[in-house]
Amino acid sequence: MFLINCPYCGERDQQEFKAGGEAHIERPKQPTELSDDEWAEYLFMRKNIKGVQFERWNHAHGCRKWFNMARDTSNDEIKAIYKMGEKPPTQ
Amino acid sequence: MTQNLRVKSSEFIDETNRISFKFDGKTYYGFKGDTLASALIANNIHLVGRSFKYHRPRGIMTSGSEEPNAIVQVNPNSNITEPNARATEIEIYEGLEASSQNCWPSVNFDIGGINNFLAPLFPAGFYYKTFMWPKSFWEKYEFFIRHSAGLGKSPNTRDPDIYDHRNIHCDVLVVGAGISGILAARNAAKNNFKTLLLDEKNELGGSTIFEANEYNKINNNLASEWLKKEINELKNTKNLEIKTRTSVAAYHQYNYLLARENLTDHLDKKNKKNKIRQRLLKIRAKKVILATGALERPLIFNNNDRPGIMLSSAIKKYSNFYGVACGTKNIFFTNNDSAYESALSLHNKGIKVEAIIDIRENSDAKIIKKINDAGIKIYWSHTIVDTRGYKRISSISIMRLSNDGTSVTGSKISISCDCLGIAGGWTPAVHLYTQSGSKLTFDEERKIFIPKADTKEQISVGSCGGDFELDEIIRNLNYKLKNFLNIDKTDFDSIALENDHETSKRNIWLLPSDQSIGKTKPFVDYQNDATAKDIKLALREGFRSIEHVKRYTTTGMGTDQGKLGNMHALGIVADTAGVKMGELGTTTFRPPYTPLTFGTIVGRNIGEFFDTFRRTPMNDWHIKNKAEFENVGQWKRSWYYPEEGETMHQAVQRESKAARKSAGILDASTLGKIDIQGSDASEFLNRVYTNAWSKLAIGKCRYGLMLNEDGMVYDDGVTTRLGENHYIMTTTTGGAANVLGKLEDYLQTEWPELDVYLTSVTDHFATASLCGPNSKKILNKIIPDLDLSDDNFPHMSFKEVLIDKIKCRIMRISFTGELSYEINAPASYGEAIWQKCIEAGKEFNITPYGTETMHLLRAEKGFIIVGQDTDGTMTPIDLQMDWIVSKKKYDFIGKRSLYRSDTMKENRKQLVGLLTEDPNIVLEEGAQIVSELNQKPVEMLGHVTSSYFSPNLNKSIALAVVKDGKNMKGKKLFIPMENKNISVTVSNTIFFDEENKRINA
Ligand SMILES: [Zn+2]
Repeated sequence: MFLINCPYCGERDQQEFKAGGEAHIERPKQPTELSDDEWAEYLFMRKNIKGVQFERWNHAHGCRKWFNMARDTSNDEIKAIYKMGEKPPTQ
Repeated sequence: MTQNLRVKSSEFIDETNRISFKFDGKTYYGFKGDTLASALIANNIHLVGRSFKYHRPRGIMTSGSEEPNAIVQVNPNSNITEPNARATEIEIYEGLEASSQNCWPSVNFDIGGINNFLAPLFPAGFYYKTFMWPKSFWEKYEFFIRHSAGLGKSPNTRDPDIYDHRNIHCDVLVVGAGISGILAARNAAKNNFKTLLLDEKNELGGSTIFEANEYNKINNNLASEWLKKEINELKNTKNLEIKTRTSVAAYHQYNYLLARENLTDHLDKKNKKNKIRQRLLKIRAKKVILATGALERPLIFNNNDRPGIMLSSAIKKYSNFYGVACGTKNIFFTNNDSAYESALSLHNKGIKVEAIIDIRENSDAKIIKKINDAGIKIYWSHTIVDTRGYKRISSISIMRLSNDGTSVTGSKISISCDCLGIAGGWTPAVHLYTQSGSKLTFDEERKIFIPKADTKEQISVGSCGGDFELDEIIRNLNYKLKNFLNIDKTDFDSIALENDHETSKRNIWLLPSDQSIGKTKPFVDYQNDATAKDIKLALREGFRSIEHVKRYTTTGMGTDQGKLGNMHALGIVADTAGVKMGELGTTTFRPPYTPLTFGTIVGRNIGEFFDTFRRTPMNDWHIKNKAEFENVGQWKRSWYYPEEGETMHQAVQRESKAARKSAGILDASTLGKIDIQGSDASEFLNRVYTNAWSKLAIGKCRYGLMLNEDGMVYDDGVTTRLGENHYIMTTTTGGAANVLGKLEDYLQTEWPELDVYLTSVTDHFATASLCGPNSKKILNKIIPDLDLSDDNFPHMSFKEVLIDKIKCRIMRISFTGELSYEINAPASYGEAIWQKCIEAGKEFNITPYGTETMHLLRAEKGFIIVGQDTDGTMTPIDLQMDWIVSKKKYDFIGKRSLYRSDTMKENRKQLVGLLTEDPNIVLEEGAQIVSELNQKPVEMLGHVTSSYFSPNLNKSIALAVVKDGKNMKGKKLFIPMENKNISVTVSNTIFFDEENKRINA
């Protein structure tokens, strides 16, 4: 059970949060211009990394805000938490 | 037969408080402070159960939670009986009843014991190999297996006890209150850390507290005496909470731990009453200090499982702590110095020790001299090759070990005994450490797995960290504590320590016998009856991974998770396969460390508190009017309102007819309501719904379909424009929370530039839906001032009105096809408004109807229910709802996916109507649909999604999804059921009032 540091509320138990999959996948601005393959890439393809992975999380039972998390999937260490729209940490 | 083996009074036992208890129906006596195990041993009872597979007689082996054999049924004659309790952990109380498990008809005469003589037929994997073939026989085999095996019986009535949960946040959690844990907790608390100290036993002090070794001294006192003083001071320490009888079950990531606090199991019936039995502690600790100690290992030799064979440390605890002798003629068998302490303890209490068998060549520990002075014979370089005694050990045979330890030589010596203490060294209790996700490393020299590294949030101290000798324990503890707590000094920096040191070591995982391995029974897992032979067989049959060997042989898979024998299993695999133990790794230790009752896990969340449920403001009226309720998500919704003697079918038919004939009323308060405001609200709706919203006039309503990005229907509902920048959206009852979450997601992450604010107002409004040809007249009676003409208040429009000064929103929308008004009142006035409608409707025979009638009425009109007629694979086109998908809009959620090659396929499953050939047959929802009856295998074309008997059409109607259904209108299909084939014809989805005349009737 993670202890997650919501950027708006502070440290809260994992059960208040909902995981929202891979982060930094932007919805295409002009979907109609995309081929089926390109659209499928956006729609279905997600990474499943062993190591540091960037994810979206939502403080569903709290402030309802979405934010990003860099998590090492091999040991569940939360490396960083940063707001939507911010760049992932380089390291 | 009963014999008193109470040898010496003990400060931990209250001999003035005599307690009677029953075991296997017979009454015995013990004292306050006894466990069931110590009290039984005091009555000279060792045989307490039968083993799982061979039904071999088994006795008490340990004095703690690692016990594999002494598993008993508590209160066996009660229907709230508890199985699988460990006699070594049950504190006796007046009136306690317990019985042996796993034996029939009695522990002394056990029919299953025949398996023991058939043992050659029961090798590892026997059940898999034999009973799985032929497959069809499994049910017959299962009957016999279940009858002769099984671990105890489960209670068969509701658990009457109270269980509780508590959240705890602390700076430092110390697990284990042996000497390391006590010193750690003391230092943490003194340095102003909010500290919690837990121990599974009822007494603090671990194994040091009953220590009697005069070579182990702290500040010139016996270690036990010194520790007792420390414990006394502990009780007055600030910042420190101590919980005994509290066992940590699980250690999750981020220092989240679950512990079970046992509050009343040790009390008699009278004192248990109305008290919380167990409490689950949910602990979030900033720092965790593991001081879980070590478990003594057995030795693996031929017939090492007879009653009377016990761990050497357990014998010491029974004599020093409980004042009970485990036998009158004791022998110890060891590979290390600790057995000598046990032997000396017994000797000093006048209990006879016949001999000590040591596989080592010698030892230079000081205690050896004491043993020699006591005249106890030591057999160096010897091993036990066999034991005798069926229900209690009676003698052992020993032989000299070869130098390489793989065989025995010389002549056999037989020694009689009634108790054998075995000491195979110590295994650090790293179970919780590994549960936390931390990694182990193998110490090849000492043959132990130890924690690989401490972290800023967690350390292991004492023997669970691999320190076994007093001076090394205290030295390392001081060093670790300073770093971990960031303190300059500890209270124990300068205490004077004296202790013996063990220098001579020898470890043999599987001790040889003069007989071939095939003829021996060296048990590795006592509870699951797995022997070294089974492990070797598994390796011969090609199993290599330790996880596979474990499952094939069932080693370590009992309720004790193999706490005693796992290391030996690993060692035997490593030796046999010729690999290093460190490379082999270890099996995973999973929570719970010791079994938890279901009651503790669920706590107070039982019965009506199992899940949250929501009731509408009109709920009391529904109850008064005898509604039957249906669960929809967390809501309790009125399902139907049966009149005297009516079945559900009759009630629904009556309600459905009444709603179309005159007037009906439905409680629609549960529909999700989302208030949408902001200058970009219209643009936002354009992006989330498939149809266009910009041109919706203020005061008008529109039905919308929401897709997922994959093009599949996600939710639907009517949205009303209340003002220029203000809308109210309704969602399905079950989808409300998810829709809000999804909309927030898009707003926050994809379109943060939009000026839109969402608020859930589901609970703020109560909704009464008036429907039927007389609904206008009823509404007119309630709000005479309002012009209800089609010009002023047309279908799909909205008015804000006052009903008795209460501001209400009325939408003229319809889910039934009838003229219909939805009155939304502030929730606290919901019941009053509802009452008013009922009163006003009396002269029109207004009929309350529930969800079932609502479903029927909408099916007559072919309106879909998302989640019933759709299942996440249906596009709007599949639903034949092309009309709602805007061709003009550049983009909306899911639009691009409607043009994928797969979603554009012509022969996808599509929503159609079905009419049965016999109008009286009502199809089963979920029934499969085929076009051929005599074909094998037959293609499943789809299934029935909604099906009712329509009283307004006087025939059966159904909706279904059928492959290429759009092109099948008029085609005959079949529904094959168990006893008959039903003929159906594909029809339009709208069965009633196709021209929509009634909406303006
Ligand atoms: Zn938050």
